[in-house]
Amino acid sequence: MGKHIVILGGGTAGTMTANRLCRLYDRCEYRITVVDQDDDHLYQPGLLFVPFGLAQPRHLVRSRPRQLDAAVDYKQARIERVDLDARTVHLAEGIRVSYDILVVATGATLVPEETEGLTGPGWGEKVFTFYDLPGATGLHDALERFDGGRVVIDVADLPVKCPVAPLEFAFLADWYFQRRGIRDRVELAYVTPLDAAFTKPVAAKALGGLLKEKGVELVTEFTLGEVDGAGGRLVSYDEREVPFDLAVVVPLHAGAAYVGRSEGLGDELGFIPVDPHSLQHPDRPEVFAIGDAAGLSASKAGSVAHFEGEVLVRNIGRFLAGQPLDASFDGHTNCFVETGFHKALLIDFNYDTEPLPGHFPGPVGLPLLKESHASHLGKLAFEWLYWHSLLPGREVPGIGSAMPERGKHHVSA
Amino acid sequence: MPTATYADTAVPVDDEGFFTDPARWTEPMAEQIAREQGIGELTDRHWTVIRFMREQYAAKGTGPTVRVLGKTSGVSVKELYQLFPKGPAKTAAKIAGIPKPRGCI
Ligand SMILES: Cc1cc2nc3c(=O)[nH]c(=O)nc-3n(C[C@H](O)[C@H](O)[C@H](O)COP(=O)(O)OP(=O)(O)OC[C@H]3O[C@@H](n4cnc5c(N)ncnc54)[C@H](O)[C@@H]3O)c2cc1C
Repeated sequence: MGKHIVILGGGTAGTMTANRLCRLYDRCEYRITVVDQDDDHLYQPGLLFVPFGLAQPRHLVRSRPRQLDAAVDYKQARIERVDLDARTVHLAEGIRVSYDILVVATGATLVPEETEGLTGPGWGEKVFTFYDLPGATGLHDALERFDGGRVVIDVADLPVKCPVAPLEFAFLADWYFQRRGIRDRVELAYVTPLDAAFTKPVAAKALGGLLKEKGVELVTEFTLGEVDGAGGRLVSYDEREVPFDLAVVVPLHAGAAYVGRSEGLGDELGFIPVDPHSLQHPDRPEVFAIGDAAGLSASKAGSVAHFEGEVLVRNIGRFLAGQPLDASFDGHTNCFVETGFHKALLIDFNYDTEPLPGHFPGPVGLPLLKESHASHLGKLAFEWLYWHSLLPGREVPGIGSAMPERGKHHVSA
Repeated sequence: MPTATYADTAVPVDDEGFFTDPARWTEPMAEQIAREQGIGELTDRHWTVIRFMREQYAAKGTGPTVRVLGKTSGVSVKELYQLFPKGPAKTAAKIAGIPKPRGCI
C-alpha cells in the first residue's frame, strides 16, 4: 500500500474525488480513506422540489458508503480537528488518522442561529428554509395549508450554495400558486443582499426580467439583520422592513465547525483558502480543498465540484510524483435554473466570463440564458446523471472542466 | 480611465469611484471621500474600520465583506451599518482607497 490520501467529507465532492482517484490510478497505488459523520447521502438539488410536492424526500437519500468504490475505506465518524503540523485528523472517540495528502470536502454548513430571531418564534411555522430536508418537508406542509398572503424569499447573505436555487424557488412558487388557482391571492417578493437579481450583469438582467414577468417583487441590497417571526417582518441591518405571512429564508453559510478548531486550516468563515486554479492550500502543499468547503470566488455548486475534481485528482498524482501542479481550474460553473411551467434556463460561466447567451456546449446545443423545455428535461436528467455518472467519477462526454467558449455570444448588459 | 481629485491630487478610479491604485491614497483624502458618501465626520470607530480594510486588502488582495468585517474587525455588523449606513463594505472600501470588494458568487 502506498501513500495515504484522506478525504474529509463524503458528500458530492468527496465521493467523486475518491472514486475518480480509484479510476485514474491503479487501485493499490494509494490508500484512500473517506470520513463522514453519517450514512445518508442526500441529493441536495432535489430539495428545491420537495416544498412543491415534486420530489419525495425518501427518494433523495441513498447509502453513503455504497456510492464509494469498494477499494475506498469508509469511516463513519465526526471530525473533531485537524493537526496540520502532525498531519493527523482527530475524529470523535479519540480516533486518529494520519495522512500524506488531505482533501477537505466537508462542504458548507447552515448557521441560521447567527441571524437574530431566525430560529426564534415562528421558525418551522411561518419561517422556513428549504436548504435541508426537515426544512423542505416542513415547508411543503406549510405551502399546502397556505391559501393567500405574502410569501417572501430571502437570501440572508452570501456565500450560499447554489445561488440560483432561491430564484428557482420564486419561479416555482409562482407556478405552484397558479396551478392551485390562488395566484391572485398571493404576493411574492424576492429579497437579496445583491444589487440585482444575480451577481453578474447580463444574467442579472435576464433573471430580473423573469421575476418581473412573473409578478415577483424584487428587493435589493437587503442584508438580513433580524427576523421578527411573531410580527411577520424581516429587518435589514440598515433598518428597512419587509413584511411577510410566510418567509422562506436561505440562512447564512459557514464552513464545517471543526475547521475553526484546526489552527491554520481555514478563514474567518471556516472555508479553506486555496489557490483558485490548483486548489492547493497556500501554506500546506499537502492540503487541498474541493467543493463548497473551498473559499473560492466560484459558485458553491455540485457542477463546480465536478469540474474542480478533474484538476484535483491530476494534481494529487503530480504532487505525489514530485511534479509541478497543473493549475488549470478556470472557475467553470454550469447551472440549470428551473423556471416553472416545464421550462428551465441554462447558465454557463467561469472566473473571467460571465453567463452569456448562446448555446452549450457548442454552437449547436442547449440555449443559454433562455427558457426552454429541453433545459427542463436536462435538469430532471441531472438526478440520474448524478448517481450513475458524476458520483462514480465518470466523465460526461463533451463536458469537460474547461468552460467552452464556442457557442457564447459576447454582449453587454 | 477616470480620475478623481482628493486633497488636491488626481488619482485613478474605476467607473464607480473606487481607487484602482491603493498606493495613491493618503489619510487626508479620507475625510473628503467620506463627505461625498454622506458621512459628516470620521470618528475613531470609522478609522478602526478604514485601517482594517487597508490591512486586509494588503494581506488578501481584496477588501472583506460586511460579514467578515463583523467577525474580524472588532466592530459588529450592527455598528458597521451605523457608521457606514449605505453599505459598510463598499463605503468603507471607497473611503479607505481600495478597489471594490469582490463579493461571493
Ligand atoms: C436546495 C439546493 C439546491 C441545489 N441545487 C443544485 C443544482 O441544481 N446544481 C448543482 O450543481 N448544485 C446544486 N446544489 C449545491 C450542491 O448540492 C452542493 O454544492 C454540493 O453538494 C457540494 O458538495 P460538497 O461535497 O462540497 O458538500 P456536501 O455535498 O454538502 O458534503 C459535505 C459532507 O461533509 C460532511 N461533514 C461536514 N462536517 C463534518 C464533520 N465535522 N465530520 C464528518 N463529516 C462532516 C457532511 O456530512 C457532508 O456529507 C444545491 C444545493 C441546495 C442546498
